[in-house]
Amino acid sequence: MIDHSDKLPELAAEEPIPNPGLPEHQWRPTDVDEKAEKRAERQVAALFGLSAVCTVLFVVSYLAFKVGDEWDSSLGLGASNVALGLTLGGALLFIGVGVIQWARKLMGDHEMVEMRHPAASSQEDREATIAALQAGLEESGIARRPLIRNSLLGAVGLLGAPAIVLLRDLGPLPGDKLKSTIWTKGMRVVRDVVGTPIKAADLEIGDLVNAAPEALFPTEENGYPEIEGVELNQQKAKGAVIVVRMEPTELKPGRGRENWDVDGIVCYSKICTHVGCPISLYERTTHHVLCPCHQSTFDLADSARVVFGPAARPLPQLPLAVDSEGYIIAQSDFLEPVGPSFWERDSKDIGDQGEADL
Amino acid sequence: MRLLNRSAGRLSRHRRGPLAGLLLLVIGLGLTGGLYATFSPAQAAKEDSQSMKVEEGRKLFLVGCSFCHGQNGQGISTIDGNQLGPSLVGVGAAAVDFQVGTGRMPMAQPGAQAPRKKVVYTQDEIDAMAAYVASLGPGPSVPNASDYSLDGLSEEERQAAIVRGGQIFLTNCTACHNFEGSGGAMPRGGYAPKIRGVEPRYIYEALLTGPQNMPSFSNGNLSPEEKRDVIAYLGSLNDETGYGGFSMGGLGPVAEGLFAWIVGIGGLVGFAVWIAAHTTRSSKKKKEVAA
Repeated sequence: MIDHSDKLPELAAEEPIPNPGLPEHQWRPTDVDEKAEKRAERQVAALFGLSAVCTVLFVVSYLAFKVGDEWDSSLGLGASNVALGLTLGGALLFIGVGVIQWARKLMGDHEMVEMRHPAASSQEDREATIAALQAGLEESGIARRPLIRNSLLGAVGLLGAPAIVLLRDLGPLPGDKLKSTIWTKGMRVVRDVVGTPIKAADLEIGDLVNAAPEALFPTEENGYPEIEGVELNQQKAKGAVIVVRMEPTELKPGRGRENWDVDGIVCYSKICTHVGCPISLYERTTHHVLCPCHQSTFDLADSARVVFGPAARPLPQLPLAVDSEGYIIAQSDFLEPVGPSFWERDSKDIGDQGEADL
Repeated sequence: MRLLNRSAGRLSRHRRGPLAGLLLLVIGLGLTGGLYATFSPAQAAKEDSQSMKVEEGRKLFLVGCSFCHGQNGQGISTIDGNQLGPSLVGVGAAAVDFQVGTGRMPMAQPGAQAPRKKVVYTQDEIDAMAAYVASLGPGPSVPNASDYSLDGLSEEERQAAIVRGGQIFLTNCTACHNFEGSGGAMPRGGYAPKIRGVEPRYIYEALLTGPQNMPSFSNGNLSPEEKRDVIAYLGSLNDETGYGGFSMGGLGPVAEGLFAWIVGIGGLVGFAVWIAAHTTRSSKKKKEVAA
């Protein structure tokens, strides 16, 4: 009989209640009943056998069904997908279930007691380790040969230099690239993707146009130079705008922005001033535009004032005018950097932000 | 008359006179009304169907819409300056066909969202109300099937239209309606509805009129061909081969990841706990122990 009581610590004699000791071990049916044991053995073998059958079926169905054919033929899914998934899944599952059954029904069922002991090593072990270290130092002679010691220290210390030098690749600093976009005086505002100019008279109240600078759609007619690659993507990212038309009476132009709209048509940067997501979730009745990333909300009727969310400053507004043919053009570039704040950004007063100040 | 009197007499010999008169009166009135109902409006409709339609629409409007939109469709403001129902002057027939045709109007109660629900009017009634609202002021009319169908284009032109429509969709629509048109959340309890599987006519009308909070995409904003291309692209999404699996509404990687973590991994953890917690124990002792 297995008895663990010899491993228990000696009890103090004056213990008020006698130590009941560990409860008697209860055996599993498979430990005491030979029939149950045999049955469990057969079960485990059968599970492993099922796994083997699934593996064979996997190979068969791989060869039998063509991938992608009749994609909704069985259970609304492809026959190939269903067969491959079920057979491979079954093959892995049956091995797992078999192993668990084996471990829980048949493998050894001993209760083990391991007593806690102090974490520190014994005094002898510690002394032996320190002696070995001392002997090593003595034999390497690092104390007696300062030339070797100092040159090693120097070499290892210098290894920090590559890490510092590689930091240079984070640069160069952007300079004033963040402060301007491709918009210039007189550049037409065109529909994004399509590249067609927008007639002010054609826009109706409630319209929203996802727009871009005409220079991104160079043709022989407009004479803008071809740009491509990184430059094109950067200008696209910085120059994206949204144009909306609202009742001119609902518009509350900011100070100095009285003539930035064309008959209720206003234009703002599409890049959120929080972390730079492109935003165009516009609600025509409230004139609010919502950033889907962190729920910053801007009121386009009120100089894109922040009405909710983490954005710290309003969306930069692009001053608009119309050219002689009636198309919408920019009066100038943005007067402030677009996109998120950055350290070198001019932090001039952005005015009363209402609730957003809190 | 004699026949009538006789039958009335059979019913009540004692009240022969008055009942016969009453019956005669009822039959006479019924005949007159029935004949009028059968012939008179039909003739009038032939004569001036449009103004009759507007008049019929106005009657329906007064019953079903005027409580919020005002008796002349001028809109009603609440005392704190909010709108109970907006003015319908100039919204056009397209707006009525969309709002009533998709069941959004009449709304059950004012709120952040006008959900799509069961349509309560017949198409004829909707047409009549559309005619009435269109008569209030100039606005977009109900589009024809030719405005949004690709019929008459070569296969190559169709493909080009679908590709262009996809680009326009991804630029202008996905911000709110999700990249595969599954819809998404909007501020203050609203949401952008799912637009997959919506009839092309209603998509076209929604673009034209900008229902509820949606900005409009008038013909000066997106040309009719561009609108047609967007609808063609949405139609092409339905024809795409799906290879099965759970789409989970196409709500994107966040929803899918959440599902995998909570349902998938959570299920595995629960299963592992279940395995560890279940063991059968026997009260018997081992034979060799007992022996």
